[in-house]
Amino acid sequence: MPTIPTMPTMTSSDRDLATAATAAALLPLPPATFHILVSLADEDRHGYAIIQDVAARTNGAVQLSAATLYRSVHRMLEEGLIVEVRERPAPELDDERRRYYRLTPLGTAAARAEARRLAELVAMARARGLAPGEA
Amino acid sequence: MSSTMPSEMSGMMTLYRALLHLYPSSFRQEYGEEMCALLARRMRDTGPPAAPAPPAPLARLSRLALWAAAAAEILPNAAAVHWDLLRQDLRYLARTLRREPGFAFTAVAVIALGIGATTAAFSVTDFVLIRPLPFPRPERLVKVWESSPDYPRMEPSPANYRDWQRLTHSFASIGALHQISVNLVGQGEPQRLEGAAVTADLLPLLGVRPALGRLFTAADDRDGAPGTVVLSHRLWQSELGGDPKVLGRRLLLDGEPFVVVGVMPRDFYFPRREQILWVPMRFRPSDFDERDNTYLEVVARLAPGVSLAQARAEMRVAAAALERQYPKENEQVSAVVLLLRDELSSQARLLLVALCGASLCVLLIACANLANLLLARALARRQELDVRSALGAGRERLVRQLATESLTLAFAGGALGVLVAIAALPLLARLVPVNLPLAQAPAIDPRVLAFAGLLTALTGIGFGTLPALRACRDADLGGLRQGVRAGGGRRERLRSMLVVAEVAAAVVLLVSAGLLMRALARIQATDPGFRPNGVLTVRTALPIPKYDSVARRAAFYDRVLTEVRALPGVTAAGFITYVPMVWRGGIWPIAIDNQPHVRTGSTSASLRFVTPGLFAALGIPLLQGRDVRDTDAADRQFVAVVSRSFVRRFWPDGNPLGRHFQVAFHDRTVVGVVGDVRVRGFERTSEPQVYLPNRQVQDGWLVFFIPRDLVIRSAAEPTALLPAIRRIVHAVDPEQPVSDVQTLAQVVAGETASRAVQVRVLAAFAAIAFLLAGIGIYGLLSFAVSQRAHEIGVRMALGAGTDDILAMVLRRAALLAAAGVLPGALLAYAAGRAMAALLAGLNPGDAPTFLAAMALCLLMTSAGSLWPALRAVRVDPITVIRKE
Repeated sequence: MPTIPTMPTMTSSDRDLATAATAAALLPLPPATFHILVSLADEDRHGYAIIQDVAARTNGAVQLSAATLYRSVHRMLEEGLIVEVRERPAPELDDERRRYYRLTPLGTAAARAEARRLAELVAMARARGLAPGEA
Repeated sequence: MSSTMPSEMSGMMTLYRALLHLYPSSFRQEYGEEMCALLARRMRDTGPPAAPAPPAPLARLSRLALWAAAAAEILPNAAAVHWDLLRQDLRYLARTLRREPGFAFTAVAVIALGIGATTAAFSVTDFVLIRPLPFPRPERLVKVWESSPDYPRMEPSPANYRDWQRLTHSFASIGALHQISVNLVGQGEPQRLEGAAVTADLLPLLGVRPALGRLFTAADDRDGAPGTVVLSHRLWQSELGGDPKVLGRRLLLDGEPFVVVGVMPRDFYFPRREQILWVPMRFRPSDFDERDNTYLEVVARLAPGVSLAQARAEMRVAAAALERQYPKENEQVSAVVLLLRDELSSQARLLLVALCGASLCVLLIACANLANLLLARALARRQELDVRSALGAGRERLVRQLATESLTLAFAGGALGVLVAIAALPLLARLVPVNLPLAQAPAIDPRVLAFAGLLTALTGIGFGTLPALRACRDADLGGLRQGVRAGGGRRERLRSMLVVAEVAAAVVLLVSAGLLMRALARIQATDPGFRPNGVLTVRTALPIPKYDSVARRAAFYDRVLTEVRALPGVTAAGFITYVPMVWRGGIWPIAIDNQPHVRTGSTSASLRFVTPGLFAALGIPLLQGRDVRDTDAADRQFVAVVSRSFVRRFWPDGNPLGRHFQVAFHDRTVVGVVGDVRVRGFERTSEPQVYLPNRQVQDGWLVFFIPRDLVIRSAAEPTALLPAIRRIVHAVDPEQPVSDVQTLAQVVAGETASRAVQVRVLAAFAAIAFLLAGIGIYGLLSFAVSQRAHEIGVRMALGAGTDDILAMVLRRAALLAAAGVLPGALLAYAAGRAMAALLAGLNPGDAPTFLAAMALCLLMTSAGSLWPALRAVRVDPITVIRKE
């Protein structure tokens, strides 16, 4: 297994700053990426669970296909937004072994930054009466 | 997969699985199973809740829709994954190349040279030899010539042309032309323009429509019809400013009015590049009287369904019939039919083929060099590859990385190579023969670019990716264990073989270039028969009918010559029909004592009319008797000056002076003998020469032989005389243009110009090959030394001296060179024999050339091995052994 290099001279606040900067560079996130990050926010999930979660949260409006899901997962792994956790059985899927994915601190930071960006956009639209809520 | 899956679903899953092959295999291995499982699960979810119930048609339809949507998603996503990987690989490549700029620069330069040389050679060869001529259905266009045992191609006379038309059915259309040059007056300075007189059928049979107006019709051909002219695009632009209302305008050509009826498209050239206007050819009844008066070029389009062989057979039959009917004039005269494209001389063809061969040699060397560079790099990076492979990068990812690397380098080199080709084109364009209806210079067009692209891809894959694949085929943890020392004997052998191939190809190129250089020197050393230095030639072609009368022409020559001879520095001046080597025709049969003649090379002579002083001006030695004189007029005895070979041919024993012979409709007495001149240039035998005085011809006869080239010999720089000469001609006749200004030295240099260009190109190729092979040897040896530093250190520690180490490296270099030189020399000999026609009689196994090439290879090997040898000697045994 590869060992992840550590930088002993970096303090934790330094690391947070660096993570935030890396996350900011990834914005705006593709919608599928954002949905996957949100889906993994509360627990580790495998592919099918992510699709189901996204569909449930959007009332079926967003149906990620397998192709889109795994392409996004592939890129997110490369970018370090998520990591793969060990395969374990998925009871709801005939008990076959599945790969589970987990958010990294960078993934969390990216999801936060994206949410903030979207919120700011909505606030701007709302100020001009283009979105529901208080003007 | 669940056993309850309906059979239709399993079929769909198989298809889906197959579609997954659009993904990179690493991705497929990683996620393929999950994607299939996921789709299967969703499809099952859309089925009826109770498993045993038969699937309702609606559920089946929605499953099909689900499958279709999933399948449709594969293509864009697979492309995106490929793109992601490519971006990753390119980023990685950029990082590594930034660390090794020397490697990147060398690889790109090597490919650029190879692709550049080959692309440039291809662009010319394709333009001249491969690409169809720019006419509709060009493979049906032919030229028809007369032929005799001595002249494989002769122009027919109007009478024979008319009879061919009557006797043959193989041609859909047959037309004739002859080249003319006319004086254009009234559009600024008087100008000499090249053109062609064509029969009405000729331009239509080519199948090209005019850009403006019309082509000629039978009405234009009629004797007495008003003069009409069709202009080339170039003439229309340059002389008439591209005037859109040009149709109907009158031009004065040789003093006669011609009405513009049409303008040809921009890329139309016929019969050759220099013709820029066309006028109708009109035959008078008297033109058909004389079957010896041969001056037509005949072009035809084969009739539908008629093959070239059939047309040839029919023409032979027609010519045989005419020979029976006119046994005297048509004795031994047959006919040949050639494709328009095959007008090209075999020498011009061979020259281009040799060029292509040479460029392929350069490409081969470049490819071998590239392969060696990448192999060396792959070996040096073995450890890195092993580490990456240990970190979980699949073999496919490594291969992909190496392929991206080699193809990126190849295409960077290919793009640079196209620039090299564009830069080389002006030089190579001089290899385009003038006697084809083509533009002067080939262009780098999409066709050539596609060729360069294909070549680059093949180079990148064949000599970059495949060797790299070989190198990483067994990339495994072994590299980590062994360290970098293990180079692998098998791969080193492959690399040595590549270097040997480079040396062999370099020898072939060096020898070929050397042979052609020696052939050129030999030709340039040939005595042309005249003294070319210090001589200016200009053309003052006197128009007919203005100068129909001999007396009027003589008055022009006398006034011009008197004033030119008075110019400071001028030592001699005279007029001649055409300067030698400029026009090779004008061959006339000779009769002695009115004996009937056969038109063969040995009984014909090259005929020229001259003014007094011409021999002194050209520097042709007068061997016996006298020059022609102004007093040799039509009312005196008709005389001739002949060349030495003429005397040897007809009166091998005895004094030629005072002897008689018949030529050009008159009996002539020999009054002088001059030296032989190479009228037909350096590489062909010339007929004996006959010079006749300009006054001894009847008015209106032999107009094609009217003296038009003014030759001036000067003690000072001859070109400085030009303004004075223009002034003199203008004073004598303000409407008379002065054209074709060149020194006699330029005429002679023009003879060997295409050879000189070819030698320069080949020498450049040989120099590149020499350099690349040197780099190849250097690269291989220095890599070997660095790989064997440990071994060298141990040897030194065990007592090996500097000499031993030096000898070890140099022995290796000598072996490589010897292994390449021997097959190279054999191949070079074969190449020399294949291009024997270009060698002007030089032996293809010319010893000095071979020795020089081998000496150069020795030099290259020594230079290439010097630095690696010094590095080997400087290995410090303690350092390398301590590293262990």
